[in-house]
Amino acid sequence: MFTPSLWRWGRLNDAAPELLRLQQEMNRLFSHAGQRTPQDFPAVNIWENQENAVVTAELPGLDPAKIDISVAGDTLTLAGVTEAETVKEKDFYLRQERGLGNFQRKIQLPFQLDAQKVEARYEKGVLTVTLPRIKESLPKKIKINS
Amino acid sequence: MSEKDIQKKENTAAAERIRNVKTFVPRVDIYETKDALFLVADMPGVDEKAVDVELEKNILTINGRAETEAVKNSSLIYSEYEVGDYERSFTLSDEIDGDKIKATVKNGVLRLELPKAEKVKPKKIQIKAA
Repeated sequence: MFTPSLWRWGRLNDAAPELLRLQQEMNRLFSHAGQRTPQDFPAVNIWENQENAVVTAELPGLDPAKIDISVAGDTLTLAGVTEAETVKEKDFYLRQERGLGNFQRKIQLPFQLDAQKVEARYEKGVLTVTLPRIKESLPKKIKINS
Repeated sequence: MSEKDIQKKENTAAAERIRNVKTFVPRVDIYETKDALFLVADMPGVDEKAVDVELEKNILTINGRAETEAVKNSSLIYSEYEVGDYERSFTLSDEIDGDKIKATVKNGVLRLELPKAEKVKPKKIQIKAA
């Protein structure tokens, strides 16, 4: 499987998502190697600017208190459990498609994170985690001496 | 678990849409109790204002519009999922009481209660002693 070195894509900002998607489609077409595993749940989108990275994930129907977000160094870990409806004894399922069970996903970012300032929101079933860079790794402007 | 199971599926819409957004098939659980059918659908990114539930004859259609997410002043550098609308239809048997359908949305999950019509609820028949 081709795995892009993700963080190079930053230079091709506008085309990156399209290209990645195309590549995923290709992988899917040609082999099963592109198949996602449960370790790849939840699917994430990653946004970046000068100071932060923002990770969003679709996690419908979770209890926000039970989503476990932790940061160590440059790695973000999302963990949690999707729970079944409590169905009484006599009731029965006609159809069950929604995922159940534990998940844990680690995402490595290209810079060290400031764990103190990480913010997370959970709205409408979408988790948004804002991850600021540590000060030391922020880009510095360099003056040219004439 | 294959990719098909954990990633959301794109819809092949029977009727094309005017808005140029992708539509997805929400995953649903359906369970039955004595008095009602319950339908639970995953629709991340959708709130109560953006959901339509329609019952025409015996076709139940659920429809949710999710706003495209965009983080201010940032660029998308890596993408595994796309945001779009949700649509799915079900054919109901006519034992559902269409007027009493209740719908709630919480944390991106639509929950529908479809009460069974009075006439089909099981009734216990008392046998009188002769």
